[in-house]
Amino acid sequence: MGIPLEQVLIQTVNGVVTGMILALVASGLTLIFGIMDVVNFAHGELFMLGAYVGVLTLAATGSFWLALLTATIAIALLGALIYVTTLRPLLGRDPLTTILATFGISLVLQNYALWQFGPVARKISEPITGHFTLFYLDYPWYRVVIALISAAIIAALWLFLKFGKWGIWIRATTQDRVMAQAMGIPVPWVLATVFAIGAGMAGASGVLFGPLTAVDHAMGLDWILKVFIVVVVGGMGNLAGSVVAAIFISLLEAYASLWVSPAQAVIVSFVVLILTLLFRPTGLFATATR
Amino acid sequence: MNRRPTLVYWIGFSVVLALLTAAPLVLPEFWARLATEILIWGLLAMSSDLLIGYTGMVSFGHSAFFGLGMYGAAAALLTVSPPNLWLALVYGLFGAALAAGFVAYFSTRLQDIYFAITTLIFSQIFYVIIFTWTAVTGGENGLTFDRPALAIPGLFRMHFSSTSLHWFVLAVVAGSYLILRRITQSPFGMVLQSIRENEARTRAIGYPVERYKIVAVMLSGLFAGLAGVLYALQNEFAAPDFVFFTVSGETVIYNVVGGIGTLVGPIVGAAFFLLLREGLSRFFTEFYLIPVGVIFVAIVIFMPQGLLGFMRRWLNQ
Repeated sequence: MGIPLEQVLIQTVNGVVTGMILALVASGLTLIFGIMDVVNFAHGELFMLGAYVGVLTLAATGSFWLALLTATIAIALLGALIYVTTLRPLLGRDPLTTILATFGISLVLQNYALWQFGPVARKISEPITGHFTLFYLDYPWYRVVIALISAAIIAALWLFLKFGKWGIWIRATTQDRVMAQAMGIPVPWVLATVFAIGAGMAGASGVLFGPLTAVDHAMGLDWILKVFIVVVVGGMGNLAGSVVAAIFISLLEAYASLWVSPAQAVIVSFVVLILTLLFRPTGLFATATR
Repeated sequence: MNRRPTLVYWIGFSVVLALLTAAPLVLPEFWARLATEILIWGLLAMSSDLLIGYTGMVSFGHSAFFGLGMYGAAAALLTVSPPNLWLALVYGLFGAALAAGFVAYFSTRLQDIYFAITTLIFSQIFYVIIFTWTAVTGGENGLTFDRPALAIPGLFRMHFSSTSLHWFVLAVVAGSYLILRRITQSPFGMVLQSIRENEARTRAIGYPVERYKIVAVMLSGLFAGLAGVLYALQNEFAAPDFVFFTVSGETVIYNVVGGIGTLVGPIVGAAFFLLLREGLSRFFTEFYLIPVGVIFVAIVIFMPQGLLGFMRRWLNQ
């Protein structure tokens, strides 16, 4: 089968770009899971609401970067609110109850968006309109920029977890919640912060990804599945694993869509998931612990 | 064992059955139809209770079994002429069993949330296949067909009215309830419950836990497929929307709202949810899911046993 080399290269770039966005959403989810044992079913909705906050701020101020900042902060606050009102009472119960509760939240958020913004899809215009020539295509710089911003945010998160005071508290809480509390770490605040950070990352990716797609109330549904696949393949709670898995799966899907329609290319990631579960049930990049 | 509570239980069962039998005769057309629908969704929820309540595995993939039951029935009704009700049942159950076997084989290797997420993603595989394979499944538009007649060859033959359809559905659901109840009380069901309570110990005693789980998922999938066939019969169409994972989510909601581990609870949950939706949609039009979601979250937090949780022991005797 003759697929020209250029197309393969273009799909490689595409795959890496989508992979970075996916990694940004997934690292929020995996952070929340790894530290709190909460499976956040509403993560896709936070992503979607982030995009909507972006649309609104962009309409009001005209500045994309301000929109990105506002969305991140607004969704982080929303995340903290969700955590305090619904997840804190469930702490220490079966992680499954958190799936149920966040599923309920996702219903509320999704229908709230439908109610507020209506069924008509919105558009975020690209802040950077330049193009460069990639073989025979005019490739938008913006796509490269989002990949870089995503990478920067993930790197910042990693540095924060590694060296920041709160980051160290977060890691201590992951290892042993009771002991952390005994050492004087304000565990309830740490957990709320983690949820807020995860939510804020989802919100930011919503705005970043907005220009590449249509913003509507159901966009979270498509994403949550992809993100779950990435997080499971990467190993739940494993930050580096989900970044690698996100790029890996996006690349596979991008290559697959050379042959089949994008709707069917999703099957490839399902197959990756099945194979992972069969041979490495704790994730492709699992460490010995767990 | 005390005989009296058992007697009370069976009297209660007969009373509820009698009320449901009488329902289409006294209720107006719209509500009678809703009652039939509640029974069908209740059967779907009840089937997943075998996993959630008795085995301790939360399945987010029941839409696949339900949908395969639906499309199986559609296949039988569209390809075989004259359309035959029993063949639709056989095809539907076969489709659901196939899906359940596939899902069970892979997903039972995993526990807790991993099980939930894998079942979710497996059901999406079926959704994508059904959605994109337009030539066979009709894609986004789904398939429409005519309702077959209720017939026993050589004995009798009658067309379904909405009342007789209700009775047919009621008979299937009541029969399934009795079978599922028998299953949960059998030695097999006891092993499932011991897996729920302590999987490691069950394994240590020497039960092949994986095999039990696979059988549990397949049984559950079969009853979900049965619900799919009934739904196809009632509405005379099959659509990919019913394979989408939100249906599985609703199934879990029915279970949690009604009370897991009771079998009847999920039916009550379905009734509660559908009636709530009917009631709320008068005030909130299409945004009724907002209050529904809030109520659901409140039940998860404040009433984890569900509406019927308080009578769990009594119902399982």
